[in-house]
Amino acid sequence: MIGYVLRRLANYIVLLFVAVSLTYFLAATQLHPRSLFLMRNPPLDPRTVEAVLLERNLSDNVPVWERYVTWLTRIVTQWDWGMSPMGAVVNDEISSRIWVSLRLLLIGTILGLLLGVAIGAWAATRQYKISDRVVTVLTLLVVSTPAFVIGHVSQILATDANRRLGFQFFEFIGETGTVHGEGWWPVLLDRLQHLLLPTLVLMLLGLASMSRIQRNLMLDALGSDFVRTARAKGLRENKAVMKHALRTALIPTATYVAFTVATMFVGATYTEKIFGFRGMGAYGVDTIMGQDINGVVAVTAFAGVCVLVGAVLSDIFVAILDPRVRLG
Amino acid sequence: MTQHSAGSQGVGPAETTPAPAELEQPTTPGARKRLSRGQLTFRRFLRNRTAVVGAIVIIALAIIAVVGPYLFYWKFDDIDYDAFLSGPDSNHLLGTTQAGRDVLALTLRGMSKSLIIGFMVAIISTSIAAIVGATAAYVGGFTEKAILWIVDLMLVVPSFLLIAVITTGGPKGPDAWLLLVVLLAIFGWPLSSRVVRSLTLSVKEREYIQAAKFMGLPAWKIILRHIIPNVSSLLIIDATLGVGYAILAETGLSYFGFGVQAPDTSLGTLIGEGARMATTYPWIFLGPATVLVILVMSVNAVGDGLRDALDPTSGSGGRA
Repeated sequence: MIGYVLRRLANYIVLLFVAVSLTYFLAATQLHPRSLFLMRNPPLDPRTVEAVLLERNLSDNVPVWERYVTWLTRIVTQWDWGMSPMGAVVNDEISSRIWVSLRLLLIGTILGLLLGVAIGAWAATRQYKISDRVVTVLTLLVVSTPAFVIGHVSQILATDANRRLGFQFFEFIGETGTVHGEGWWPVLLDRLQHLLLPTLVLMLLGLASMSRIQRNLMLDALGSDFVRTARAKGLRENKAVMKHALRTALIPTATYVAFTVATMFVGATYTEKIFGFRGMGAYGVDTIMGQDINGVVAVTAFAGVCVLVGAVLSDIFVAILDPRVRLG
Repeated sequence: MTQHSAGSQGVGPAETTPAPAELEQPTTPGARKRLSRGQLTFRRFLRNRTAVVGAIVIIALAIIAVVGPYLFYWKFDDIDYDAFLSGPDSNHLLGTTQAGRDVLALTLRGMSKSLIIGFMVAIISTSIAAIVGATAAYVGGFTEKAILWIVDLMLVVPSFLLIAVITTGGPKGPDAWLLLVVLLAIFGWPLSSRVVRSLTLSVKEREYIQAAKFMGLPAWKIILRHIIPNVSSLLIIDATLGVGYAILAETGLSYFGFGVQAPDTSLGTLIGEGARMATTYPWIFLGPATVLVILVMSVNAVGDGLRDALDPTSGSGGRA
């Protein structure tokens, strides 16, 4: 078991190293940090610009290969992921943004997964009845709606609701706003108000795709021979469904959940951008728009690590949960 | 994920004989004609009302995208200097943007662009997936290992960021969307090719493949003539769902300005532009957003319907 996981891990690490290195070359040749300085008015002294770019390892006058070696050496020796063209330290950005993403995403993702499993399994037991058809069409609608459309529609609805209520119940810009009052309670309340709408959006998105997957898995399990046997032996419907069908149908779900939770950090780009949370997902877009080579490579590497952790976790889950998996 | 489950749930290689439940059992011989597999699939598809509605909607949208620009006075690149940010009225059915452009004309233009991109990407990436996946499984050995490694490599880092990096530094102008098509196709095939590979692994053990092999047919001919046609049901589903994926990916990129570039427009570009003022001037946002959702939902409904119709073990198509 441990040997198997370690072997997979070693393979993944090599993959990640190659992928991130290729991303570096791609970003270093495609993004142009110098253009940010050339747009300045009044124009900056070219020598100053060159000096700044050289110091930040961003000058396109240095061959890409040399820049790559410098970049890699700094990471290996000092764990320094470099600077943005404007001088922001990538390490600091990432360490603060991870927590923003975590605060935003944890509740929504987990609620979405749990509700999705419940709804999907429930719909499967009622296949082709009205309730199942309604769930199927609604989840199809949500799955077909891009996150950015759902985000903005929720904001339009929230603005309307605020107007009807007469006060600002839904907050949807940023992580915090103006705090009314003293002490910790108003601070917490303010944060919760800002969390409410994006959490609902994330929950809806997760719920829809999860319930579609779970419904399919559950249908497979319900139609299988061992569930029929369980029923034929006289087991109560409820027990046959819960104990025999649902348990089997949850094995692939567990691997999917492991993967989703690990990759959620970079998956919420639209939600973070729309609701003004300065998290990891938003960082990816911000760095590309800001011609930030070091930043975008760091985000990619972080996302890659998340994917690998997710993959290893789901490997472990499968090995533990599925008796058919034999590890050599 | 849906594509994954498609492969594992026995949307198997083309059955040479229909599943027992669907065998025609005429009471008097010759009273009813035997159905070909295509006819059978078509009948099963027609029974799924959601999917049929989806198919009709897609065809209708495609016709509107072609004919629409000739029906309305305003063109997508016209500017009405008398109407900036005006709401929907008889002159501009869906209102105008900040720059005085007609939202209806822009939406039609965006829709046709998104449709073209969606279909092109789906066809190209499914073709690559079919050839690469089948080759990996059929040839095996080092080639298979190398292909699987490249597939993993492409799945490790988020393709959204890579595509955005390339288009940011890439060429601008009216033809820039072709680069987008290529990029979306390049990053679209790896996941499907894995499914094709696992299906091919079972197909290549069939007798007719062995026969073809011992008759001395070269590998590429066996792959093209005997393997790919026999995983075609998977490929059809994959391509259909791929259209939805490609449209979502394209609009997502365009929303941030990484995709289709001005002066051209796509649904994502329009939604991104409208979204900034969505709470005060909702029409710029709501028109294209509705069209996008209807389009993707129809594609997904057709994909689901095709999956049920092509899957011989599925009961949802009814008995045909």
